[in-house]
Amino acid sequence: MMTLTYKNILTSTEDQIGIVTLNRPTVLNALSHDLMDELVKALEEFDRDDNIRVIILTGSERAFAAGADIKEMSDETTISIMNKDRFATWDRVRCTKKPIIAAVSGFALGGGCELVMTCDMIVASETAQFGQPEINIGVIPGAGGTQRLTRVVGKHKAMEIILTGRSITAHEAHAMGLVNRVVPVELYLDEAKALAKEIAKKSPVAVKLAKEAILKAFDGSLMEGLEFERKNFYMLFSSEDQKEGMRAFLEKRQATFTGR
Amino acid sequence: MAEETILLTEIKNGVGIITLNRPDKLNSFTDELTFRLQDALKEMEKSKDVKAIVITGAGRGFCAGQDLQSRSISHEEGVRPSLGDSIRRRYNPIITKIRRMEKPIIAAVNGVAAGAGASLAFACDYRIVAEGVSFIQSFTKVGLVPDSGATFLLPRLIGATRAFDLMLSADKLEAKEALELGAINKIVAADALMKEAIELAEKLAKGPTKAFALTKRAVNRSMFSDLEELLEYEAQLQEIAGRSDDFAEGVKAFVEKRTPAYTGK
Repeated sequence: MMTLTYKNILTSTEDQIGIVTLNRPTVLNALSHDLMDELVKALEEFDRDDNIRVIILTGSERAFAAGADIKEMSDETTISIMNKDRFATWDRVRCTKKPIIAAVSGFALGGGCELVMTCDMIVASETAQFGQPEINIGVIPGAGGTQRLTRVVGKHKAMEIILTGRSITAHEAHAMGLVNRVVPVELYLDEAKALAKEIAKKSPVAVKLAKEAILKAFDGSLMEGLEFERKNFYMLFSSEDQKEGMRAFLEKRQATFTGR
Repeated sequence: MAEETILLTEIKNGVGIITLNRPDKLNSFTDELTFRLQDALKEMEKSKDVKAIVITGAGRGFCAGQDLQSRSISHEEGVRPSLGDSIRRRYNPIITKIRRMEKPIIAAVNGVAAGAGASLAFACDYRIVAEGVSFIQSFTKVGLVPDSGATFLLPRLIGATRAFDLMLSADKLEAKEALELGAINKIVAADALMKEAIELAEKLAKGPTKAFALTKRAVNRSMFSDLEELLEYEAQLQEIAGRSDDFAEGVKAFVEKRTPAYTGK
């Protein structure tokens, strides 16, 4: 595996799991352009690496990410920020084919919360806080917050969170369906790894196509989504994993998946 | 009394000691004192030198609860204060911090603990109480509802039946009965109180504090997981009670040292 050196993130692997750790501790992992560029590179590298099946994205105990880098943005104009097209980088996070689990502790605010919601599953420490405080500085979420939060928690809750800018606790987020699991702060990374390992045992090709189909549910009409799901379902019948999986089921034994 | 001295803090041998210090007012809470207590708790939570905490009061009282003569509660020119907001800003953060902070907190109850002062003691992990001291649910005396977690904490400590009785009667819960009901850990002679409390705190400070922290977290989950929700609910109910004629009359009668004439409105 090619290893790149990063300034704003750390990467590591454990079994078939690739771990990206946001690492700008002095600014609570504020999401600068450079950090986002590095993050996307790391995700794409893990995506290409056949030894990796699931990706974990995490920050520190104190902060997953406290937001965008406001310093970089404060002097932008409409034209200048449009030309920079900084959210194009964010779209590439969404294009990652392997499942991404966000392991969140501390602040996940603004861009941090949006980055979490761009991931596919969320494991939170009891100390995690989620919120979209952009309204407090006279802007709105720009990296998908209004869309993704609304689809997850519904219009009314999303309105309250985004229009008041107030943050919510991990348990509240869990009750709203925003996070999958809440565990004590000492365990959130272990819990994310356990979830990742469980998924890493499945057929990687089926996992990829399932992820793609689930994301489709958010993209267009129900009919389009259903057709897309069906297409991916049919497509799996040309894979070895489907043959092996179904044969193993009938022979009452564990399947061995190869990703072919 | 100068503002710097209304709350004293000291850190020694792994123990943080917080002393409410308005002895001439039985350490009743003004705005300033509640905020100072919030700050002191936050600092002790952060401090690596503090492994256990003792909260006590200077002079005759532990804490008489809200100072009814302070500006935040009196009815100046007929304006009725928002008690809900006052509780949310001042009292609820104290109670939440005491429960959620993963360090053992001992109330060394040296004298009367009334109203929010009783809630303060009830929120702690230990209550070591001087002989002859009593706890009073004084809220309904002035037409208010118990707050600062009283309706959450007291029924859990002594059962709903006796708790409700005490809340409506505003009778004293004497230390002896409190001990029988399991609401306090120990009764000691007044002059031995601080020594006992600090000895216990120092012993805890030398213990496996991580295991203690996790134990407090587990007990919080077991007994106190809905605390914040009830604190907010109490604030809402106190907002309603604070707008009542009975509360206005209750405070007026208290200041005028006469029996209030309630109407139920």
